[in-house]
Amino acid sequence: MIEFKNVSKWYGQFQVLNDCTTSVSSGEVVVVCGPSGSGKSTLIKTANALEPFQKGEILIDGISVGAPDTNLPKLRSRIGMVFQHFELFPHLSVLRNLTLAQVKVLGRKEGEAKERAKALLERVGLSDHIDKFPGQLSGGQQQRVAIARALAMDPMAMLFDEPTSALDPEMVNEVLDVIVDLAKEGMTMMVVTHEMGFARKVADRVIFMDAGSIVEDCTKAEFFDQADQRSDRAKLFLSKILPH
Amino acid sequence: MNGFDLDTIISSIPYLFMQGMAFTLKLTVLSTLGAIILGTLLAMMRLSSNRLVSGVAGGYVNLMRALPLILIIFWFYFLVPYIVGWIAQAGRPIAVGGFTSALITFVLFEAAYFCEIMRAGIQSVPSGQTAAGYALGLNYWQLMRHIVLPQAFRNMTPLLLTQMIVVFQDTSLVYVLSLTDFLGAANNVAQRDGRLVEMFVFVAMVYFVMSYAASRLVKVLERRMAVAQ
Repeated sequence: MIEFKNVSKWYGQFQVLNDCTTSVSSGEVVVVCGPSGSGKSTLIKTANALEPFQKGEILIDGISVGAPDTNLPKLRSRIGMVFQHFELFPHLSVLRNLTLAQVKVLGRKEGEAKERAKALLERVGLSDHIDKFPGQLSGGQQQRVAIARALAMDPMAMLFDEPTSALDPEMVNEVLDVIVDLAKEGMTMMVVTHEMGFARKVADRVIFMDAGSIVEDCTKAEFFDQADQRSDRAKLFLSKILPH
Repeated sequence: MNGFDLDTIISSIPYLFMQGMAFTLKLTVLSTLGAIILGTLLAMMRLSSNRLVSGVAGGYVNLMRALPLILIIFWFYFLVPYIVGWIAQAGRPIAVGGFTSALITFVLFEAAYFCEIMRAGIQSVPSGQTAAGYALGLNYWQLMRHIVLPQAFRNMTPLLLTQMIVVFQDTSLVYVLSLTDFLGAANNVAQRDGRLVEMFVFVAMVYFVMSYAASRLVKVLERRMAVAQ
């Protein structure tokens, strides 16, 4: 469903993505991990054209992201994205955060959008907060609202960019639980995360990146249980994070 | 004709305020509204990744900020009838009236200053907000209208109001076009009664009280908004 073909990206002279090729099939959960600055976030942001790339091709459901005649707003509306820092709209209520794009982009009626928003807030356990503003919610609550906001567009795939990195440790699980549920329901997902326990639980595949390249692209079992067959870089990474 | 003649002031108060101040406030409010709209468009142009678009806006802003306001008031007063005549294909200048001419001038001039305020306002909205808006499928105009500009206006409200106080003072320059703003009205009375000292002292006091009170209100508002965030 999401195909990366030889994607390369430079910031001036500095190459942030180096010939990245991989794909995510329908219903698959792919976890992207790797050290800081390895290009994980950049890679998933190229998938909905929030980051441009200079070489290669990305196809979403057969539509080329980089092609000049692609209707980007329409393409983006079909892919949900969740950010590290939530990025809820602080001047809008929780309800309006969820309905704005439904009405403006999908052309839904206000009533219909509101019903959808209510159902999704119920699902992430935040029905009581529908009329609050983002600033009145905890980090974990904000991130759950952000997930609901993305789901309100009925996306065919979800991208998560370090969804728990900015959270207090005690709030990580309430957000991961929501994502795990989504995975169980068969949502196609690409998740950049350092939560290896989460990766073990829900990932179908694990992509390991270093210095802009995809070093490992294998099943969860191969990545975690046959670590001796992995590259030295991945072994080093695993040896540093797994003992805890 | 000796001493400080309070009666001249008191008896002319209805004229000064009902005509003069009413004109000044009308011109101030309309100019500010127009200049904020034009200035916001200019700010969006200046921040465009298209070099031609940002260059045109940048050139306009720099030009306006490099010229004295009084010069531009003269310029437009004499030029606007020709421009309107040309647009209307009338083959001759069309008089547009002092108020319209002054309003157009102030909108065009002050837009340069409001542009810089709005540019800072737009840049004060974190880039993550833009990314989130685009990720939901909003287009540029929807993003600006619903996400970026509301936050930019909120962040910049104190500065916008402070600039409005400057506009309020600047409007007194229209007296060179013989328009009866507050200063113009006071000048009329002063010339008629030969009471220049009284009238100009009174005008200064009124401008001071109104501008100072307004700037104190902006300060209060600023503190309230800081608490709310």
